[in-house]
Amino acid sequence: MGKFSDVPHDSAHKHVTGKAVYIDDMPLLRGLLHLQIGLSTRAHARIISVDLDAVRTAPGVVCILTHKDIPAINDVSPTGSGDDPVFATDTVVYAGQAIFAVAATSLAAARYATAMAKIDYEDLPAVLTLDDARAAKSDLEPAQVMSNGDADAAIENAQHQLSGRLRIGGQDHFYLESQAAQCVPGEDNDLTVYSSTQHPSEVQHLIAHMLGRPSHNVTVQVRRMGGAFGGKETQAALIAAITALATCKTGRPARLVLDRDDDMVLTGKRHDFEIDYHCGFDDTGRLAGVCLDMAARCGCSMDLSAAINDRAMFHADNTYYLNKAHILSRRLRTNTVSATAFRGFGGPQGMMVIERVMDEIACVLSKDPLDVRKVNLYGGEGRDFTPYGQRVTDNIAPELIDELAHDADYAKRRNDVHAFNASHQYVRRGIALTPVKFGISFTTGFLNQAGALVHIYTDGSVHLNHGGTEMGQGLNTKIAQVVAEEFQIAVDQVKITATDTDKVPNTSATAASSGTDLNGMAAQRAAQTIKARLAEFAGGEAGCATEDVIFAGGRVIADDRDWSFATLVKEAYLARVSLSSTGFYATPDIYYDRSSHSGRPFYYYAYGAAISEVEIDVLTGESKILRVDILHDVGKSINPALDIGQIEGGFVQGAGWLTSEELVFDEQGILRTHAPSTYKIPACADRPAIFNVALFERGENLEDTIHRSKAVGEPPLMLAISVFSALTDAVASIDDYKTLPDLHAPATPESILQAITALKHEAKP
Amino acid sequence: MARDTVSFTLNGALVAVQNPDPTLTLLNWLRTNRALTGTKEGCTEGDCGACTIVIGDPDRTPHWQALNACIAFLPTLDGKSVITVEGLAKDGQLHPVQQALIEHHGSQCGFCTPGFVMSLYAHYRNHGAVDDDTLNDILAGNLCRCTGYAPIIRAAKAMFEYPKPEEITLATAQKSEMLNLTMTDPLSGTEKHYFAPQSLDELATLYGQYPQAVILAGSTDVGLWVTKQRKVLEVLIDIGRVEGFARVEKTRDGLIIGAGASYTHAHAALAQMYPALGELIRRIGSTQIRNAGTIGGNIANGSPIGDMPPPFIALGAELILRIGDKTRRIALEDFFVAYGKQDRAPGEFVEAVFVPDPAPGQRFMVAKISKRFDQDISALCGAFAMQLDGTKVTSIRIAYGGMAGIPARATEAETALLDKDWSEVHIRTAMTALGDDFTPMSDMRASAHYRLQAAQNLLWKFWLDDKAPYLAREVRHG
Repeated sequence: MGKFSDVPHDSAHKHVTGKAVYIDDMPLLRGLLHLQIGLSTRAHARIISVDLDAVRTAPGVVCILTHKDIPAINDVSPTGSGDDPVFATDTVVYAGQAIFAVAATSLAAARYATAMAKIDYEDLPAVLTLDDARAAKSDLEPAQVMSNGDADAAIENAQHQLSGRLRIGGQDHFYLESQAAQCVPGEDNDLTVYSSTQHPSEVQHLIAHMLGRPSHNVTVQVRRMGGAFGGKETQAALIAAITALATCKTGRPARLVLDRDDDMVLTGKRHDFEIDYHCGFDDTGRLAGVCLDMAARCGCSMDLSAAINDRAMFHADNTYYLNKAHILSRRLRTNTVSATAFRGFGGPQGMMVIERVMDEIACVLSKDPLDVRKVNLYGGEGRDFTPYGQRVTDNIAPELIDELAHDADYAKRRNDVHAFNASHQYVRRGIALTPVKFGISFTTGFLNQAGALVHIYTDGSVHLNHGGTEMGQGLNTKIAQVVAEEFQIAVDQVKITATDTDKVPNTSATAASSGTDLNGMAAQRAAQTIKARLAEFAGGEAGCATEDVIFAGGRVIADDRDWSFATLVKEAYLARVSLSSTGFYATPDIYYDRSSHSGRPFYYYAYGAAISEVEIDVLTGESKILRVDILHDVGKSINPALDIGQIEGGFVQGAGWLTSEELVFDEQGILRTHAPSTYKIPACADRPAIFNVALFERGENLEDTIHRSKAVGEPPLMLAISVFSALTDAVASIDDYKTLPDLHAPATPESILQAITALKHEAKP
Repeated sequence: MARDTVSFTLNGALVAVQNPDPTLTLLNWLRTNRALTGTKEGCTEGDCGACTIVIGDPDRTPHWQALNACIAFLPTLDGKSVITVEGLAKDGQLHPVQQALIEHHGSQCGFCTPGFVMSLYAHYRNHGAVDDDTLNDILAGNLCRCTGYAPIIRAAKAMFEYPKPEEITLATAQKSEMLNLTMTDPLSGTEKHYFAPQSLDELATLYGQYPQAVILAGSTDVGLWVTKQRKVLEVLIDIGRVEGFARVEKTRDGLIIGAGASYTHAHAALAQMYPALGELIRRIGSTQIRNAGTIGGNIANGSPIGDMPPPFIALGAELILRIGDKTRRIALEDFFVAYGKQDRAPGEFVEAVFVPDPAPGQRFMVAKISKRFDQDISALCGAFAMQLDGTKVTSIRIAYGGMAGIPARATEAETALLDKDWSEVHIRTAMTALGDDFTPMSDMRASAHYRLQAAQNLLWKFWLDDKAPYLAREVRHG
């Protein structure tokens, strides 16, 4: 009744009528305080003085919050690194850091007052760029190495060698709903916090930690987020913590909703990387060895940078057998906002460099880049182990790539592109197929667990709760489908409820694409527990074995007895059968030794491939995506419409990262692109003019995941690497594909024109 | 006579607000005073479209126009019909726009959705069909970070297939008496005034009386002074109701565009005269911004990166300025004196811009370069107008935006071309001369180096466009 169907998003009716409630839409409570944060204007400085007298006496101000107001611990770092203060104490470490907050009777009053603060700084040397950071050796943790043999020797002994550097920019999440939280006081110092977060349990624990109170004093609830993309995994905690602090200090409800500019300067973004690559290969283009030196700008604190950079290392192979690999990863501290989780979580940057290598090998050998990619795919004798020692057992990349190349007519279109370029001097086209293999599971092992709570009421209606959060991906819809399927009832009989730390405790973040995998299984188990009780009861009533009780089409059938689901539930209740259960799931069979970067960190891999065809203007560097064809593997899709939505959306978001989205920090470390007027995410016309998306029909998870489906949240973002490769291909046509263009991401008009100019050795036509 | 009450209809019901804060935005009023929270705040600068609402006004063409509520001041809605996302469904029956979005999975997180609903709704009210190119235009001002737009496009194409619903009708605009508001700002203690004069004479008198006043047209710039810079504006003169101020009039030798004419209003006439200009206007802001923003405002605010001045300067447009009952007419380029400084006396205002008809045989090109094709601010904008006698250049005007503190002509480059043969060698000289004309700056939109290189290449493109148009075809959307 539920699985494998295009059930619309459970909130779609509310979205289109404006009735879906986000935090800033909640009714204004009596005495509600509105908060505004005072931000640092310096990248690295000692705070000489903070004069808040004028702020305090401004109209409507109820109180001011600084680090001195924090009862216990001034930290909201997600991994206990202790380097994410709520408010700066004596130094600021990035421009945009929170120094104080104002609580006032209106938002206008809070903002008016905040502007009156006088803060004196003494500037300290700031480490802003990756060059600065490498020079300062400002590593946040020791450089990590993943190695499976003597890559240097393998490269040296290979027929061909190449090396280069690729720069990859960061990315702002630009969720449409900015960070928001509201805190409401209760009895016994209890706090109820409404937070726009992917990680309610962490928000709960960090608030308790900050206040020096037990976690049971704090309840965190999340009905929905207006987008998150990783940006509300750790970054929501600070916002929620400040509201909790305001409520503790005043006993009044408090709300903090960041405006767009504050959100963009205060909260973290995708890491930007510079990756040096060196590799050896044979005449067919097959790799003998690869050496990578990855440097990531992590910003001012640890946040999740360790795991993110680990994942970059895990994905530097993508779908390819690297042979001998040596991957060095440096995690560098800078005086910029702390970089954080963003859809793909380091994976995209890792894949970018190996795709660059594929394009460059093809260029050196004058081959079709697709042939080079194919010859390097995992598969064949001894070619199925990753650099971290996991065996690739579910490799469908070869057949998926072939199917896509065939269906989208890659070979002919590549010829057409070449013919077009031969007859056009100032407009050039490029085409590329790039694959994706993305490892599914949190690489931090203990996070791979989930809980759910299912109740059936005596009228047969079902209440569903689980530890995952809804950020637009349709998680609640899919999990309701799973539960409806289990009971064989209509999906709309399952009531989806807000994620709540007092219903399902100690949850993991809804992240790593794992929402449905983990919570779907937990919910299924909760439903199965109740279903078993119902079956036992029905079997007893009918005098047949429990195994012979059938749930189908809204009815329950046992021998010659036949109940509607609701009737059976009612009778079971009267017979004192429990109609409520929790469910719990922990991903089996995964293990990982971080000291050697080896093991089986991933339960399985999700695969996909995309062909992008682009056009560039040789005189200005402007570009356009003409056509995209995607074939993506989601296993057996629980909801094809929602899965396609993730693929289309992820792809366009990835294309934005690699083309128009540019984070510009000035020489003082101030972010100059902090609003949509200056930071350009894809608009409607930037979607591919022709956009064909298909699910891999034979897809089926080999592992026992929920209905053999696969995770879909992050992997499609990396399909957009095909856009970058196609742009590279278009630029390469300038000197007849003899040289790989020195193109870097994002490929803005300026970046493209620069690569063209470098190829032509002169600016003018 | 004057009145102090702003009145309009909201989702069909009459609303009267006495002496509101003149710079209270419609968005804040809807969300805070009316608890209509379907309209969202995404950026407070008119760039994301989450706050899109629709206004109905029989004096506007088209009658129903999408607008960004985040930068629209409440008094400017006086006399109009305002429709928000809450006003579409009737008795639980969803509007076709809403139904189509659900059935095509057009929402994910849902935060941008009300804005998309309203942009599509405005189009639905004005038209009976939609194509891809039009959709790109009407949705350019609505950002979605989840869907990649594909399902929204599918929904938009399907929305006309549903049975026609009963719709909210147009209210008649209140015309009588000048709106005159006064209130004391509770935070700063500043006394704030708002005037909405009805006639040019009234406007001229008022501005003479209050030369420090801020002239308010579409508030696509002034709105941000309030929402972003948090400025307190003491005196606002809203020119939105000045009779005849939004005129777009064909004269014997050109087009007069009143300073109050929105881009939307002037678009068709300009596109007819200069198709390339029509294409440029499609890329200025978004539908919401073009419905509000005025061509006069784009000039009067003196920005170095406004998109209308470069082509207008290249075309030899003139500005008509008025102070009291005196008017004067100047070449547009002379209006821009230096960054932040215009040739405008206190109390003097832009009344209209005159755009001459194309000269016989004139070649004209305008190109805008930005990181994103739609709804982006130019890194640079170049405009070129030329006449030839045989192969000799008899007239050449080249103007750029984004290359200096003001929009300006490239006089050195023009000199390199005027009275010369229209040939590669002179074009190359002119390209080099651009380096003498301009010393652009580096900022978040582009580096100085790129700006100059692209400016030079645009000139080359103008030459190519003339020589071999098929080679110079722009990479454009749609």
